[in-house]
Amino acid sequence: MKTASDYRILDETRQRVTVRFEGNELLLREGENLAAELLAAGIAPFRRTPVSGAPRNPFCMMGACFDCLVEIDGVTRQACMTEVADGMVISMPASRRTDDA
Amino acid sequence: MLETDLAIIGAGPAGMAAAYTAAQSGLSVLLLDEQSRAGGQIYRDVERAANTRGHILGKDYTCGLALVENLKHERITHVTGAAVWQVGQDCELTYSVAGKACQASGKRLLIATGALERPMPVPGWTLPGVMTAGAAQILLKQSGIVCERAVLVGSGPLLYLVAAQMIRTGTAPLAIVETQSFSDMISAMRHLGGALRGWRYLTKGLALLAEIRRAGIPRFTAATSISIEGDGKAQAIRFTSAGRENRIDCATILLHHGVVPNTQISRSIGLDHHWDPDQRCFVPQTDGWGRTSLSAIFIAGDGGGIGGAKAAEIAGSLSALEIACDLGAMDKGERDHKAGRLRRALTSELAARPFIDRAYPPFVPALTPKDATIICRCEEVTAGDIRRYAKLGCIGPNQTKAFGRAGMGPCQGRYCGLTVTELLAEANQKTQEETGYYRIRPPIKPVSLGELSALAKTESAKP
Repeated sequence: MKTASDYRILDETRQRVTVRFEGNELLLREGENLAAELLAAGIAPFRRTPVSGAPRNPFCMMGACFDCLVEIDGVTRQACMTEVADGMVISMPASRRTDDA
Repeated sequence: MLETDLAIIGAGPAGMAAAYTAAQSGLSVLLLDEQSRAGGQIYRDVERAANTRGHILGKDYTCGLALVENLKHERITHVTGAAVWQVGQDCELTYSVAGKACQASGKRLLIATGALERPMPVPGWTLPGVMTAGAAQILLKQSGIVCERAVLVGSGPLLYLVAAQMIRTGTAPLAIVETQSFSDMISAMRHLGGALRGWRYLTKGLALLAEIRRAGIPRFTAATSISIEGDGKAQAIRFTSAGRENRIDCATILLHHGVVPNTQISRSIGLDHHWDPDQRCFVPQTDGWGRTSLSAIFIAGDGGGIGGAKAAEIAGSLSALEIACDLGAMDKGERDHKAGRLRRALTSELAARPFIDRAYPPFVPALTPKDATIICRCEEVTAGDIRRYAKLGCIGPNQTKAFGRAGMGPCQGRYCGLTVTELLAEANQKTQEETGYYRIRPPIKPVSLGELSALAKTESAKP
Protein backbone atom coordinates (compact mmCIF):
# COMPACT_ATOMS: atom_id res chain seq x y z
CA MET A 1 0.00 0.00 0.00
CA LYS A 2 2.93 2.35 0.56
CA THR A 3 4.71 2.94 -2.72
CA ALA A 4 7.12 5.47 -4.13
CA SER A 5 5.31 8.79 -3.92
CA ASP A 6 4.00 10.65 -6.95
CA TYR A 7 4.01 13.88 -4.95
CA ARG A 8 7.00 16.06 -4.11
CA ILE A 9 7.30 18.26 -1.03
CA LEU A 10 8.90 21.60 -1.94
CA ASP A 11 10.12 22.78 1.43
CA GLU A 12 10.97 20.80 4.52
CA THR A 13 10.48 23.25 7.33
CA ARG A 14 8.15 21.51 9.72
CA GLN A 15 8.89 19.00 12.39
CA ARG A 16 7.89 15.44 11.59
CA VAL A 17 5.83 13.31 13.91
CA THR A 18 4.95 9.64 13.93
CA VAL A 19 1.51 8.40 12.89
CA ARG A 20 0.35 4.91 11.95
CA PHE A 21 -1.61 4.05 8.81
CA GLU A 22 -2.93 0.49 8.65
CA GLY A 23 -0.23 -0.47 11.12
CA ASN A 24 2.66 1.11 9.18
CA GLU A 25 4.66 3.82 10.84
CA LEU A 26 4.85 7.09 8.89
CA LEU A 27 6.76 10.28 9.62
CA LEU A 28 4.55 13.19 8.58
CA ARG A 29 4.92 16.96 8.89
CA GLU A 30 3.10 18.09 12.03
CA GLY A 31 0.12 20.42 11.60
CA GLU A 32 -0.05 19.95 7.83
CA ASN A 33 -3.08 18.71 5.90
CA LEU A 34 -3.36 14.97 6.62
CA ALA A 35 -4.59 14.00 3.13
CA ALA A 36 -1.69 15.87 1.51
CA GLU A 37 0.86 14.26 3.84
CA LEU A 38 -0.50 10.76 3.26
CA LEU A 39 -0.29 11.35 -0.52
CA ALA A 40 3.30 12.56 -0.15
CA ALA A 41 4.07 9.46 1.93
CA GLY A 42 2.94 7.32 -1.01
CA ILE A 43 -0.29 6.00 0.53
CA ALA A 44 -2.69 4.48 -2.03
CA PRO A 45 -5.46 3.68 -1.55
CA PHE A 46 -6.80 5.66 1.40
CA ARG A 47 -9.90 3.47 1.46
CA ARG A 48 -12.04 1.03 -0.50
CA THR A 49 -15.61 1.79 -1.51
CA PRO A 50 -18.44 0.10 0.37
CA VAL A 51 -20.16 -0.91 -2.89
CA SER A 52 -17.46 -2.68 -4.95
CA GLY A 53 -14.34 -2.41 -2.84
CA ALA A 54 -12.72 -0.12 -5.43
CA PRO A 55 -9.62 1.80 -4.29
CA ARG A 56 -9.94 5.54 -3.68
CA ASN A 57 -7.65 8.47 -2.93
CA PRO A 58 -8.36 12.19 -2.43
CA PHE A 59 -10.16 13.82 -5.35
CA CYS A 60 -11.14 17.40 -4.40
CA MET A 61 -8.97 18.30 -1.36
CA MET A 62 -11.64 20.76 -0.21
CA GLY A 63 -14.01 18.70 1.89
CA ALA A 64 -16.65 18.13 -0.80
CA CYS A 65 -16.09 14.68 -2.34
CA PHE A 66 -15.52 12.52 0.76
CA ASP A 67 -13.20 10.21 -1.17
CA CYS A 68 -10.40 10.76 1.38
CA LEU A 69 -12.38 9.26 4.27
CA VAL A 70 -10.16 7.46 6.78
CA GLU A 71 -10.68 6.21 10.30
CA ILE A 72 -8.68 8.23 12.82
CA ASP A 73 -8.55 6.88 16.36
CA GLY A 74 -11.80 5.06 15.65
CA VAL A 75 -13.74 7.96 14.07
CA THR A 76 -14.36 8.21 10.29
CA ARG A 77 -13.16 11.62 9.10
CA GLN A 78 -12.17 13.47 5.95
CA ALA A 79 -8.36 13.38 5.82
CA CYS A 80 -8.31 16.64 3.81
CA MET A 81 -10.11 18.45 6.65
CA THR A 82 -7.75 17.15 9.33
CA GLU A 83 -4.30 18.29 10.50
CA VAL A 84 -1.50 15.86 11.25
CA ALA A 85 -1.02 15.27 14.98
CA ASP A 86 1.57 13.18 16.76
CA GLY A 87 0.50 9.61 17.48
CA MET A 88 -2.57 9.48 15.22
CA VAL A 89 -3.71 5.91 14.53
CA ILE A 90 -5.25 5.81 11.06
CA SER A 91 -6.89 2.97 9.20
CA MET A 92 -9.10 2.45 6.17
CA PRO A 93 -12.79 2.67 7.10
CA ALA A 94 -14.55 -0.71 7.24
CA SER A 95 -14.60 -1.51 3.56
CA ARG A 96 -17.73 -3.43 2.68
CA ARG A 97 -21.29 -2.54 3.49
CA THR A 98 -22.62 -5.21 5.79
CA ASP A 99 -26.08 -6.71 5.38
CA ASP A 100 -27.52 -4.83 8.32
CA ALA A 101 -26.07 -1.45 7.31
CA MET B 1 -27.03 30.89 21.26
CA LEU B 2 -24.58 33.37 19.79
CA GLU B 3 -26.37 36.39 18.30
CA THR B 4 -24.95 38.74 15.70
CA ASP B 5 -26.05 41.32 13.15
CA LEU B 6 -24.59 39.47 10.18
CA ALA B 7 -23.67 35.80 10.01
CA ILE B 8 -21.47 34.80 7.08
CA ILE B 9 -20.70 31.27 5.92
CA GLY B 10 -17.40 31.02 4.07
CA ALA B 11 -14.16 33.00 4.44
CA GLY B 12 -13.22 33.26 0.78
CA PRO B 13 -13.05 36.58 -1.09
CA ALA B 14 -16.83 37.24 -0.92
CA GLY B 15 -17.18 36.37 2.76
CA MET B 16 -14.04 38.24 3.83
CA ALA B 17 -14.94 41.40 1.88
CA ALA B 18 -18.51 41.33 3.19
CA ALA B 19 -17.29 40.88 6.77
CA TYR B 20 -15.01 43.90 6.55
CA THR B 21 -17.52 46.19 4.80
CA ALA B 22 -20.23 45.26 7.31
CA ALA B 23 -17.91 45.69 10.30
CA GLN B 24 -16.81 49.11 9.03
CA SER B 25 -20.47 50.10 8.81
CA GLY B 26 -20.86 49.26 12.51
CA LEU B 27 -22.40 45.78 12.28
CA SER B 28 -21.27 42.86 14.40
CA VAL B 29 -20.13 40.00 12.17
CA LEU B 30 -19.81 36.28 12.79
CA LEU B 31 -17.73 34.65 10.06
CA LEU B 32 -17.84 30.85 10.01
CA ASP B 33 -15.44 28.87 7.89
CA GLU B 34 -14.59 25.19 7.88
CA GLN B 35 -10.91 25.62 7.06
CA SER B 36 -8.29 26.23 9.71
CA ARG B 37 -7.24 29.53 8.14
CA ALA B 38 -9.07 32.21 6.12
CA GLY B 39 -8.84 32.53 2.34
CA GLY B 40 -11.30 30.11 0.82
CA GLN B 41 -9.96 27.88 -1.93
CA ILE B 42 -8.62 30.69 -4.10
CA TYR B 43 -6.54 32.26 -1.31
CA ARG B 44 -6.14 29.04 0.63
CA ASP B 45 -3.63 29.45 3.47
CA VAL B 46 -2.38 32.70 1.93
CA GLU B 47 -1.13 33.96 5.30
CA ARG B 48 1.25 31.02 5.66
CA ALA B 49 2.14 30.46 2.01
CA ALA B 50 2.54 34.00 0.62
CA ASN B 51 6.11 34.35 1.91
CA THR B 52 7.42 30.90 1.03
CA ARG B 53 5.53 30.19 -2.21
CA GLY B 54 4.31 33.59 -3.39
CA HIS B 55 6.77 33.57 -6.30
CA ILE B 56 5.31 30.26 -7.52
CA LEU B 57 1.64 31.06 -6.99
CA GLY B 58 1.74 34.61 -8.31
CA LYS B 59 0.29 38.03 -7.42
CA ASP B 60 -3.31 36.95 -8.04
CA TYR B 61 -2.82 34.70 -5.03
CA THR B 62 -0.79 36.89 -2.68
CA CYS B 63 -3.25 39.80 -3.12
CA GLY B 64 -5.59 37.78 -0.88
CA LEU B 65 -3.40 38.76 2.10
CA ALA B 66 -5.09 42.17 2.33
CA LEU B 67 -8.53 40.56 2.75
CA VAL B 68 -7.26 38.22 5.47
CA GLU B 69 -5.56 41.14 7.25
CA ASN B 70 -8.91 43.01 7.37
CA LEU B 71 -10.48 40.21 9.41
CA LYS B 72 -8.65 41.58 12.45
CA HIS B 73 -11.39 44.24 12.72
CA GLU B 74 -12.75 44.32 16.29
CA ARG B 75 -16.35 43.73 15.22
CA ILE B 76 -15.49 40.54 13.25
CA THR B 77 -15.52 37.18 15.01
CA HIS B 78 -13.88 34.65 12.69
CA VAL B 79 -14.50 31.04 13.78
CA THR B 80 -12.17 28.60 12.04
CA GLY B 81 -12.78 24.88 11.65
CA ALA B 82 -16.54 25.52 11.78
CA ALA B 83 -18.50 23.07 9.62
CA VAL B 84 -22.02 24.46 9.20
CA TRP B 85 -24.45 21.58 8.92
CA GLN B 86 -27.86 23.15 9.29
CA VAL B 87 -29.19 26.51 8.18
CA GLY B 88 -32.71 27.66 8.99
CA GLN B 89 -34.86 30.03 6.96
CA ASP B 90 -34.78 32.27 10.06
CA CYS B 91 -30.96 32.67 9.73
CA GLU B 92 -30.27 30.21 12.54
CA LEU B 93 -27.08 28.23 12.03
CA THR B 94 -25.93 24.99 13.57
CA TYR B 95 -22.28 24.09 13.17
CA SER B 96 -19.57 21.95 14.69
CA VAL B 97 -16.13 23.03 15.85
CA ALA B 98 -13.71 20.28 16.90
CA GLY B 99 -16.54 17.81 17.44
CA LYS B 100 -18.70 20.21 19.46
CA ALA B 101 -22.00 21.46 18.07
CA CYS B 102 -22.83 25.16 18.43
CA GLN B 103 -25.64 27.46 17.36
CA ALA B 104 -25.75 31.05 16.23
CA SER B 105 -28.24 33.39 14.69
CA GLY B 106 -27.88 36.54 12.63
CA LYS B 107 -30.34 39.31 11.78
CA ARG B 108 -29.09 38.70 8.26
CA LEU B 109 -27.26 35.74 6.71
CA LEU B 110 -24.78 35.79 3.85
CA ILE B 111 -23.93 32.52 2.14
CA ALA B 112 -20.47 32.76 0.58
CA THR B 113 -19.63 29.13 -0.01
CA GLY B 114 -18.09 29.56 -3.44
CA ALA B 115 -17.74 27.02 -6.19
CA LEU B 116 -17.08 23.34 -6.80
CA GLU B 117 -15.29 21.86 -9.77
CA ARG B 118 -17.81 20.86 -12.41
CA PRO B 119 -17.92 17.05 -12.24
CA MET B 120 -15.99 15.53 -15.15
CA PRO B 121 -17.01 11.88 -15.33
CA VAL B 122 -14.79 10.14 -17.88
CA PRO B 123 -13.93 6.42 -17.81
CA GLY B 124 -11.45 5.84 -14.97
CA TRP B 125 -12.03 9.13 -13.13
CA THR B 126 -12.49 7.37 -9.80
CA LEU B 127 -9.00 5.81 -9.82
CA PRO B 128 -6.47 6.96 -7.20
CA GLY B 129 -4.21 9.53 -8.84
CA VAL B 130 -7.09 11.30 -10.59
CA MET B 131 -7.93 14.60 -8.94
CA THR B 132 -9.42 17.94 -9.84
CA ALA B 133 -7.03 20.64 -11.04
CA GLY B 134 -8.26 22.62 -8.05
CA ALA B 135 -7.04 19.84 -5.76
CA ALA B 136 -3.53 20.10 -7.22
CA GLN B 137 -3.60 23.84 -6.56
CA ILE B 138 -4.72 23.29 -2.99
CA LEU B 139 -1.84 20.83 -2.47
CA LEU B 140 0.54 23.46 -3.75
CA LYS B 141 -0.95 26.41 -1.87
CA GLN B 142 -1.54 24.79 1.48
CA SER B 143 1.10 22.07 1.68
CA GLY B 144 3.79 23.04 -0.82
CA ILE B 145 3.30 19.71 -2.57
CA VAL B 146 3.50 19.30 -6.33
CA CYS B 147 2.18 16.36 -8.38
CA GLU B 148 4.81 14.51 -10.40
CA ARG B 149 4.29 13.04 -13.86
CA ALA B 150 0.97 14.84 -14.16
CA VAL B 151 -1.28 15.45 -17.16
CA LEU B 152 -3.80 18.30 -17.07
CA VAL B 153 -7.07 17.46 -18.81
CA GLY B 154 -10.13 19.49 -19.76
CA SER B 155 -10.73 23.11 -20.64
CA GLY B 156 -10.36 26.53 -19.11
CA PRO B 157 -7.75 29.09 -18.11
CA LEU B 158 -7.25 27.37 -14.74
CA LEU B 159 -5.37 24.59 -16.55
CA TYR B 160 -2.85 27.15 -17.84
CA LEU B 161 -2.46 28.69 -14.40
CA VAL B 162 -1.88 25.32 -12.73
CA ALA B 163 0.58 24.34 -15.47
CA ALA B 164 2.53 27.59 -15.07
CA GLN B 165 2.65 27.23 -11.28
CA MET B 166 3.91 23.66 -11.66
CA ILE B 167 6.58 24.79 -14.13
CA ARG B 168 7.76 27.37 -11.56
CA THR B 169 8.22 24.61 -8.96
CA GLY B 170 10.56 22.78 -11.32
CA THR B 171 8.10 19.90 -11.73
CA ALA B 172 6.31 20.67 -14.98
CA PRO B 173 3.29 18.66 -16.13
CA LEU B 174 3.90 16.09 -18.87
CA ALA B 175 1.20 17.52 -21.14
CA ILE B 176 -2.02 19.52 -21.31
CA VAL B 177 -4.90 17.72 -22.99
CA GLU B 178 -7.51 20.33 -23.89
CA THR B 179 -11.05 19.60 -24.98
CA GLN B 180 -12.02 22.96 -26.45
CA SER B 181 -11.82 23.25 -30.23
CA PHE B 182 -10.98 25.87 -32.81
CA SER B 183 -14.69 26.35 -33.51
CA ASP B 184 -15.25 27.18 -29.83
CA MET B 185 -12.67 29.95 -30.24
CA ILE B 186 -14.44 31.17 -33.38
CA SER B 187 -17.78 31.35 -31.58
CA ALA B 188 -16.07 33.15 -28.70
CA MET B 189 -14.88 35.84 -31.11
CA ARG B 190 -18.39 37.34 -31.05
CA HIS B 191 -17.53 38.36 -27.51
CA LEU B 192 -14.07 39.64 -28.29
CA GLY B 193 -15.21 43.18 -27.54
CA GLY B 194 -15.95 42.18 -23.95
CA ALA B 195 -12.68 40.32 -23.75
CA LEU B 196 -10.83 43.44 -24.86
CA ARG B 197 -12.62 45.49 -22.20
CA GLY B 198 -11.46 42.84 -19.74
CA TRP B 199 -8.00 42.95 -21.35
CA ARG B 200 -6.19 42.14 -18.13
CA TYR B 201 -7.48 38.58 -18.30
CA LEU B 202 -6.44 38.23 -21.93
CA THR B 203 -2.96 39.51 -21.17
CA LYS B 204 -2.64 37.14 -18.23
CA GLY B 205 -3.85 34.19 -20.30
CA LEU B 206 -1.39 34.93 -23.09
CA ALA B 207 1.49 35.30 -20.61
CA LEU B 208 0.65 31.90 -19.11
CA LEU B 209 0.51 30.30 -22.56
CA ALA B 210 3.91 31.80 -23.39
CA GLU B 211 5.33 30.37 -20.16
CA ILE B 212 3.93 26.93 -21.07
CA ARG B 213 5.37 27.15 -24.57
CA ARG B 214 8.82 28.18 -23.30
CA ALA B 215 8.83 25.17 -20.97
CA GLY B 216 8.11 22.95 -23.96
CA ILE B 217 4.95 21.39 -22.52
CA PRO B 218 3.00 19.62 -25.28
CA ARG B 219 -0.59 20.85 -25.71
CA PHE B 220 -3.24 18.75 -27.43
CA THR B 221 -6.52 20.47 -28.34
CA ALA B 222 -10.03 19.38 -29.36
CA ALA B 223 -9.38 16.11 -27.51
CA THR B 224 -12.15 13.50 -27.56
CA SER B 225 -12.58 9.86 -26.43
CA ILE B 226 -10.81 10.60 -23.16
CA SER B 227 -10.30 7.68 -20.81
CA ILE B 228 -8.03 6.94 -17.88
CA GLU B 229 -6.33 3.58 -17.51
CA GLY B 230 -4.80 1.95 -14.50
CA ASP B 231 -4.75 -1.06 -12.27
CA GLY B 232 -5.47 0.14 -8.75
CA LYS B 233 -4.29 3.66 -9.65
CA ALA B 234 -4.10 5.93 -12.68
CA GLN B 235 -1.27 4.90 -15.00
CA ALA B 236 -2.10 6.45 -18.37
CA ILE B 237 -4.49 8.70 -20.22
CA ARG B 238 -5.90 7.87 -23.67
CA PHE B 239 -7.50 10.39 -26.01
CA THR B 240 -7.90 11.34 -29.64
CA SER B 241 -6.63 14.68 -30.90
CA ALA B 242 -6.13 15.92 -34.48
CA GLY B 243 -7.31 12.56 -35.78
CA ARG B 244 -4.66 10.64 -33.87
CA GLU B 245 -5.00 8.31 -30.92
CA ASN B 246 -2.66 9.15 -28.07
CA ARG B 247 -1.65 7.44 -24.87
CA ILE B 248 0.45 9.15 -22.22
CA ASP B 249 1.91 7.24 -19.26
CA CYS B 250 1.49 9.31 -16.12
CA ALA B 251 0.96 9.14 -12.36
CA THR B 252 -1.47 11.98 -11.80
CA ILE B 253 -4.38 13.21 -13.91
CA LEU B 254 -5.84 16.61 -13.09
CA LEU B 255 -9.35 17.19 -14.42
CA HIS B 256 -11.04 20.54 -14.93
CA HIS B 257 -13.75 21.86 -17.20
CA GLY B 258 -15.02 24.84 -15.30
CA VAL B 259 -16.45 25.43 -11.86
CA VAL B 260 -20.09 25.62 -10.76
CA PRO B 261 -21.81 27.25 -7.77
CA ASN B 262 -21.84 25.19 -4.58
CA THR B 263 -25.59 25.30 -3.92
CA GLN B 264 -25.66 22.79 -1.08
CA ILE B 265 -26.75 25.33 1.55
CA SER B 266 -29.03 27.41 -0.68
CA ARG B 267 -30.78 24.20 -1.77
CA SER B 268 -31.10 22.94 1.80
CA ILE B 269 -32.97 26.13 2.80
CA GLY B 270 -35.24 25.79 -0.22
CA LEU B 271 -34.20 29.04 -1.93
CA ASP B 272 -35.23 29.55 -5.57
CA HIS B 273 -32.74 28.44 -8.24
CA HIS B 274 -32.76 28.59 -12.01
CA TRP B 275 -30.83 26.88 -14.79
CA ASP B 276 -28.15 29.07 -16.38
CA PRO B 277 -27.73 27.84 -19.97
CA ASP B 278 -24.49 29.81 -20.49
CA GLN B 279 -22.69 28.42 -17.46
CA ARG B 280 -24.59 25.14 -17.72
CA CYS B 281 -25.47 24.81 -14.06
CA PHE B 282 -28.09 25.79 -11.51
CA VAL B 283 -27.72 29.22 -9.95
CA PRO B 284 -29.60 30.63 -6.94
CA GLN B 285 -32.00 33.47 -7.71
CA THR B 286 -30.60 36.78 -6.41
CA ASP B 287 -31.08 40.49 -7.04
CA GLY B 288 -28.31 43.02 -7.68
CA TRP B 289 -27.40 43.00 -3.98
CA GLY B 290 -27.26 39.23 -3.69
CA ARG B 291 -30.62 39.09 -1.88
CA THR B 292 -32.29 35.69 -2.36
CA SER B 293 -35.93 34.62 -2.48
CA LEU B 294 -35.88 34.88 1.34
CA SER B 295 -35.32 38.54 2.13
CA ALA B 296 -33.03 38.08 5.16
CA ILE B 297 -30.70 35.73 3.28
CA PHE B 298 -28.04 36.84 0.78
CA ILE B 299 -25.58 35.02 -1.47
CA ALA B 300 -22.35 36.56 -2.75
CA GLY B 301 -19.47 35.26 -4.85
CA ASP B 302 -19.21 32.19 -7.04
CA GLY B 303 -21.96 30.47 -5.04
CA GLY B 304 -24.39 32.89 -6.70
CA GLY B 305 -22.99 32.43 -10.22
CA ILE B 306 -19.42 32.06 -11.44
CA GLY B 307 -17.50 35.33 -11.75
CA GLY B 308 -14.12 34.62 -10.18
CA ALA B 309 -12.31 35.90 -7.08
CA LYS B 310 -12.30 39.64 -7.81
CA ALA B 311 -15.99 39.66 -8.76
CA ALA B 312 -16.72 37.70 -5.59
CA GLU B 313 -14.94 40.27 -3.46
CA ILE B 314 -16.99 43.08 -5.01
CA ALA B 315 -20.24 41.13 -4.67
CA GLY B 316 -19.48 40.52 -0.99
CA SER B 317 -19.06 44.25 -0.39
CA LEU B 318 -22.28 45.04 -2.28
CA SER B 319 -24.27 42.57 -0.16
CA ALA B 320 -22.77 44.04 3.02
CA LEU B 321 -23.82 47.58 2.01
CA GLU B 322 -27.41 46.49 1.42
CA ILE B 323 -27.42 44.55 4.71
CA ALA B 324 -26.07 47.62 6.56
CA CYS B 325 -28.88 49.60 4.97
CA ASP B 326 -31.47 46.95 5.95
CA LEU B 327 -30.35 47.11 9.57
CA GLY B 328 -30.31 50.91 9.74
CA ALA B 329 -26.52 51.26 9.94
CA MET B 330 -26.34 53.15 6.65
CA ASP B 331 -28.74 55.33 4.67
CA LYS B 332 -29.63 54.68 1.05
CA GLY B 333 -27.64 57.66 -0.19
CA GLU B 334 -24.42 56.38 1.32
CA ARG B 335 -25.17 52.84 0.14
CA ASP B 336 -25.72 53.96 -3.44
CA HIS B 337 -22.69 56.22 -3.42
CA LYS B 338 -20.43 53.36 -2.31
CA ALA B 339 -22.17 50.82 -4.54
CA GLY B 340 -21.74 52.91 -7.69
CA ARG B 341 -17.98 52.55 -7.68
CA LEU B 342 -18.23 48.85 -6.90
CA ARG B 343 -20.72 48.20 -9.70
CA ARG B 344 -18.45 49.86 -12.26
CA ALA B 345 -15.59 47.66 -11.09
CA LEU B 346 -17.83 44.58 -11.26
CA THR B 347 -18.86 45.35 -14.84
CA SER B 348 -15.26 45.58 -15.99
CA GLU B 349 -14.39 42.48 -13.96
CA LEU B 350 -17.09 40.43 -15.69
CA ALA B 351 -16.47 41.84 -19.19
CA ALA B 352 -14.25 38.97 -20.34
CA ARG B 353 -16.53 36.27 -18.90
CA PRO B 354 -18.75 35.61 -21.99
CA PHE B 355 -15.61 35.23 -24.11
CA ILE B 356 -14.00 32.82 -21.63
CA ASP B 357 -17.22 30.80 -21.21
CA ARG B 358 -17.49 30.24 -24.98
CA ALA B 359 -13.82 29.73 -25.73
CA TYR B 360 -13.59 27.11 -22.96
CA PRO B 361 -16.94 25.29 -22.84
CA PRO B 362 -17.46 22.15 -20.76
CA PHE B 363 -16.37 18.84 -22.31
CA VAL B 364 -19.74 17.70 -23.68
CA PRO B 365 -19.09 13.90 -23.48
CA ALA B 366 -18.56 14.38 -19.71
CA LEU B 367 -21.92 16.15 -19.31
CA THR B 368 -23.84 13.08 -20.52
CA PRO B 369 -21.25 10.28 -20.33
CA LYS B 370 -21.39 6.85 -21.96
CA ASP B 371 -23.37 4.12 -20.19
CA ALA B 372 -20.43 2.35 -18.50
CA THR B 373 -19.02 5.51 -16.88
CA ILE B 374 -19.53 5.94 -13.12
CA ILE B 375 -21.30 9.23 -12.47
CA CYS B 376 -22.00 8.92 -8.72
CA ARG B 377 -18.58 8.34 -7.16
CA CYS B 378 -19.96 7.50 -3.71
CA GLU B 379 -22.48 4.83 -4.69
CA GLU B 380 -20.80 3.80 -7.96
CA VAL B 381 -23.88 4.42 -10.10
CA THR B 382 -23.25 4.58 -13.86
CA ALA B 383 -24.71 6.82 -16.55
CA GLY B 384 -26.37 3.70 -17.96
CA ASP B 385 -28.11 3.10 -14.62
CA ILE B 386 -29.61 6.59 -14.72
CA ARG B 387 -30.78 6.09 -18.34
CA ARG B 388 -32.35 2.80 -17.30
CA TYR B 389 -34.23 4.51 -14.44
CA ALA B 390 -35.43 7.12 -16.92
CA LYS B 391 -36.88 4.33 -19.06
CA LEU B 392 -38.64 3.02 -15.97
CA GLY B 393 -40.32 6.39 -15.63
CA CYS B 394 -37.99 8.47 -13.43
CA ILE B 395 -38.33 12.11 -14.40
CA GLY B 396 -36.29 13.77 -11.68
CA PRO B 397 -33.08 13.24 -9.66
CA ASN B 398 -34.97 12.52 -6.44
CA GLN B 399 -36.60 9.52 -8.08
CA THR B 400 -33.34 8.09 -9.44
CA LYS B 401 -31.90 8.62 -5.96
CA ALA B 402 -34.61 6.35 -4.56
CA PHE B 403 -34.16 3.83 -7.39
CA GLY B 404 -30.39 3.49 -7.33
CA ARG B 405 -28.85 5.58 -4.52
CA ALA B 406 -27.14 8.13 -6.80
CA GLY B 407 -26.65 11.19 -4.61
CA MET B 408 -27.26 9.29 -1.39
CA GLY B 409 -23.61 8.75 -0.41
CA PRO B 410 -21.47 10.94 1.83
CA CYS B 411 -20.91 13.71 -0.76
CA GLN B 412 -24.70 14.17 -0.90
CA GLY B 413 -24.76 14.68 -4.64
CA ARG B 414 -22.11 17.40 -4.82
CA TYR B 415 -20.24 15.55 -7.60
CA CYS B 416 -23.12 13.81 -9.39
CA GLY B 417 -26.09 16.17 -9.09
CA LEU B 418 -25.56 18.14 -12.29
CA THR B 419 -24.71 14.99 -14.28
CA VAL B 420 -27.91 13.27 -13.14
CA THR B 421 -29.94 16.33 -14.13
CA GLU B 422 -28.30 16.43 -17.58
CA LEU B 423 -28.73 12.67 -18.16
CA LEU B 424 -32.41 12.71 -17.18
CA ALA B 425 -33.10 15.85 -19.21
CA GLU B 426 -31.56 14.21 -22.27
CA ALA B 427 -33.28 10.84 -21.76
CA ASN B 428 -36.70 12.35 -21.11
CA GLN B 429 -36.33 15.15 -23.66
CA LYS B 430 -37.05 17.75 -21.00
CA THR B 431 -35.13 20.87 -20.06
CA GLN B 432 -32.72 20.86 -17.13
CA GLU B 433 -35.04 23.34 -15.42
CA GLU B 434 -38.00 20.94 -15.75
CA THR B 435 -35.85 18.02 -14.61
CA GLY B 436 -34.74 19.81 -11.47
CA TYR B 437 -32.14 18.91 -8.84
CA TYR B 438 -31.73 16.87 -5.68
CA ARG B 439 -33.62 17.94 -2.62
CA ILE B 440 -30.78 18.63 -0.18
CA ARG B 441 -31.49 17.97 3.47
CA PRO B 442 -29.51 18.75 6.61
CA PRO B 443 -27.14 17.79 8.07
CA ILE B 444 -25.18 18.93 5.04
CA LYS B 445 -21.90 17.93 6.72
CA PRO B 446 -21.37 14.74 8.71
CA VAL B 447 -22.27 15.10 12.35
CA SER B 448 -22.02 12.48 15.09
CA LEU B 449 -24.93 11.37 17.24
CA GLY B 450 -22.88 12.51 20.22
CA GLU B 451 -22.79 16.07 18.87
CA LEU B 452 -26.53 16.01 18.24
CA SER B 453 -27.36 14.73 21.70
CA ALA B 454 -25.00 17.22 23.38
CA LEU B 455 -26.81 19.97 21.50
CA ALA B 456 -30.19 18.62 22.59
CA LYS B 457 -29.00 18.74 26.22
CA THR B 458 -27.97 22.39 26.01
CA GLU B 459 -31.30 23.18 24.36
CA SER B 460 -33.32 21.50 27.12
CA ALA B 461 -31.21 23.20 29.80
CA LYS B 462 -32.52 26.56 28.60
CA PRO B 463 -34.89 28.37 30.98
